[in-house]
Amino acid sequence: MTVWQIVLLASVAVLALKVVGYLVPPKLMERPTPARVANLTTVGLLAALVVTQTFERAGDLVLDARLPAVVLAGILFALRVPFIVVIVVAALTAAGLRLLGWMA
Amino acid sequence: MTSSDVDRSGDGAALRASLSVGIAVAAYGLSFGALAVASGLDVWQACVLSLVMFSGGSQFAVIGVLASGGTAAGPAAIASAALLGLRNSLYAVRMGPIVGGPWWRRLLAAPLTIDESTAVGTAQPTLRGQRIGFWVTGGVIYVGWNLTTLAGALLGDLVGDVRQYGLDAAAAAAFLGLIWPRLSALQPVAVAVAAAVVAAVLTPWLPAGIPVLAAALVAIAVGITNVLGSRPVDARQEAQT
Repeated sequence: MTVWQIVLLASVAVLALKVVGYLVPPKLMERPTPARVANLTTVGLLAALVVTQTFERAGDLVLDARLPAVVLAGILFALRVPFIVVIVVAALTAAGLRLLGWMA
Repeated sequence: MTSSDVDRSGDGAALRASLSVGIAVAAYGLSFGALAVASGLDVWQACVLSLVMFSGGSQFAVIGVLASGGTAAGPAAIASAALLGLRNSLYAVRMGPIVGGPWWRRLLAAPLTIDESTAVGTAQPTLRGQRIGFWVTGGVIYVGWNLTTLAGALLGDLVGDVRQYGLDAAAAAAFLGLIWPRLSALQPVAVAVAAAVVAAVLTPWLPAGIPVLAAALVAIAVGITNVLGSRPVDARQEAQT
């Protein structure tokens, strides 16, 4: 597949899922199972993405400056610091550690 | 218009919430644009993702999978984006009665149906406030997110390796921020831990993107069987909050 094919297919799929939601009778999603599956799928995917985005490099797990940045982000989220502030602090933490040559 | 049967008491609060959430989230498009070009997309491909897909989690999933697996991981990238986009269907079902009106209004609402617009919209106490919250939040983020994506992609092209600026850590922190408010009960926490373990164990062995999908299957299995779930009455309440 080319990058364009991937970008367009994925984009249309995600857009179509939004449109489909407006066509679904509300009664269906008020039932517990479909709603629970949709919510837990989001949780599972995001958790997996936190792990791969924090540790993965070239198909392997590595420990580098991303880990302390993400741990700090977790502490800040727990303290209810606003989203965008946490993101910037996480980036600066990893950038600073790499600048110092630690855990590059 | 001087109608007394319309409750305007919540308009101001809805507008303030929409603008503060909208502007904060839109700013984050900068790092999406920069990371997208760092992952091998060109500026236009980054912009198409923000214009058409317009769902942060799915967009970051696509570029994350492509960054580690290249175009060979295309099917996994598409599947990850679609599975993450599944929750938007749920939001659309919830927003349908609030948006109301003729079919074209819902069609216009569909692209704007994301985490933030649904959260701000449904959090308002009046119907007018809910509509203001949804449309203003969605509209501000749509315009802002696309402008910042373009800016980030152009900047990312100029500055080169974004790891130097910690943007890879920023993306990980963003996923963490998206999952954080969802970890409010035992079942989602258990799913998050199980999914994280599955992804970590499989990553060295399977092509990029597949470990993330395997983790999603764990979540779906738990969702269907309702292991560690609350009683049915509670589950119905959760589904509506």
